[in-house]
Amino acid sequence: MMSLHEYKVLARDGLWDNNPVLAQRLALCPALAITTTATNGLGMGIATTMVLVITNAVISIFRNVVTPEVRIPVFILLIATIVTVVDLMINAFLHSLYTVLGLFIPLIVTNCVILGRAEAFASRNEVLPSAVDGLMMGVGFTAALTVIGAIREIIGSGTLFANASSLLGSAFSFLELVLIPDYKGYLIMMLPPGGFIVMGFLMAAKQVLEQRAAKKAQEIQQTALMQQT
Amino acid sequence: MKGEKIPSYRQRLGYHSGLLGGIGMLASMALVITDVETRDYIAEAKAAEQRVFLNQVMPSSLYDNDPLKETLTLADPETKKDVLFYVARKEKQVVATAYKVFGYGYSGEIALIMGIDRDGKVLGVRVLSHKETPGLGDKIEVSKGKWIFSFDGKSSQTPDNAGWRVKKDGGIFDQFTGATITPRAIVKAVKQGLDFFNVHKTEIMNKSLPAEPPPVKTSESDKSHT
Repeated sequence: MMSLHEYKVLARDGLWDNNPVLAQRLALCPALAITTTATNGLGMGIATTMVLVITNAVISIFRNVVTPEVRIPVFILLIATIVTVVDLMINAFLHSLYTVLGLFIPLIVTNCVILGRAEAFASRNEVLPSAVDGLMMGVGFTAALTVIGAIREIIGSGTLFANASSLLGSAFSFLELVLIPDYKGYLIMMLPPGGFIVMGFLMAAKQVLEQRAAKKAQEIQQTALMQQT
Repeated sequence: MKGEKIPSYRQRLGYHSGLLGGIGMLASMALVITDVETRDYIAEAKAAEQRVFLNQVMPSSLYDNDPLKETLTLADPETKKDVLFYVARKEKQVVATAYKVFGYGYSGEIALIMGIDRDGKVLGVRVLSHKETPGLGDKIEVSKGKWIFSFDGKSSQTPDNAGWRVKKDGGIFDQFTGATITPRAIVKAVKQGLDFFNVHKTEIMNKSLPAEPPPVKTSESDKSHT
């Protein structure tokens, strides 16, 4: 059984330290292609999180049955089946999400985060921690995608969360903001080069923040040591 | 799994293949069950989507039947594709029809849906899908501008053949600054769609009513319980 502290570590890992996009650098293809608006990024993140939680839990259930020799085909078979089931469910019950994401739901099968977490975590840990890891990695993925989408959308077309109501329902239409009215927009932000640029800057910013935090931690340690001597 | 003694039976070939087969069976079951359970919902969602598009090019006040349920397929020898006409009736008379047409713009195929009334006048045109350049060609979308409304009320006679072009080519339809190919393609597609309709106008307007399904017999005894 995992303690609360270990769950907190899982959360920190998924959201920041080991963020699938910004730290592990996985799943960059959907991250770049879908994030032309913040709503798209949010939608893709939600779908991927759903899949991640289910696949991590299912693979964890089978972890003592699967042998190392056939584990890759088994994981891929399970992942592909789960994505297809999730795809059909979203088409049937969340049709607005389906029209926004379209082709990208089946592409979640190729999302490296899913196979990566299955191999690195779910196949070695119990069901509940695996599900939580899946959830946290998914939330981290969603956060990264939403931020990239938001930056590209603001600079590219001056709006934020456009079409939020078609994704989340009319109750969320307050989210749709036009931040810069009559904005011509930088087209490059809506095309792949813009995605790469934003992602690069975000990864760099993350490094800077981490280095500063590490330096501060070192300084605190040194002053503590000096005070002891 | 590390450091544990792996039971010997798990190293046998039969176990590996049995495991793969077993999981394959489980996966198939899951897929079949999900497919059966969601089939109706997906069909309903698709029909609702189609109705939204239909309503944009053929106002629902015009008709009292369900155009999605009454269709007519005609072959187009020029494009070698079949065209599906959704037939709208009011009091059993055909009043309008909607159908898809295709144009070829700057970046590939543009799918359009257009609605035409009895007199051959365009009720509306909408873009269903396209790959045109964002910011330049995508002004054809109804959400990005009013250009697509410029077809409302037009027919094969107004304007005449020479008028069915963009202004740059001597016609009456605006083009976009920096993007002429896209509007040109749509004007051409709409004109071709109108011409195709005119060729088959009598056939469509005089289409016979679909056969009525036999009335569903309800058990008479049920009524006494209400």
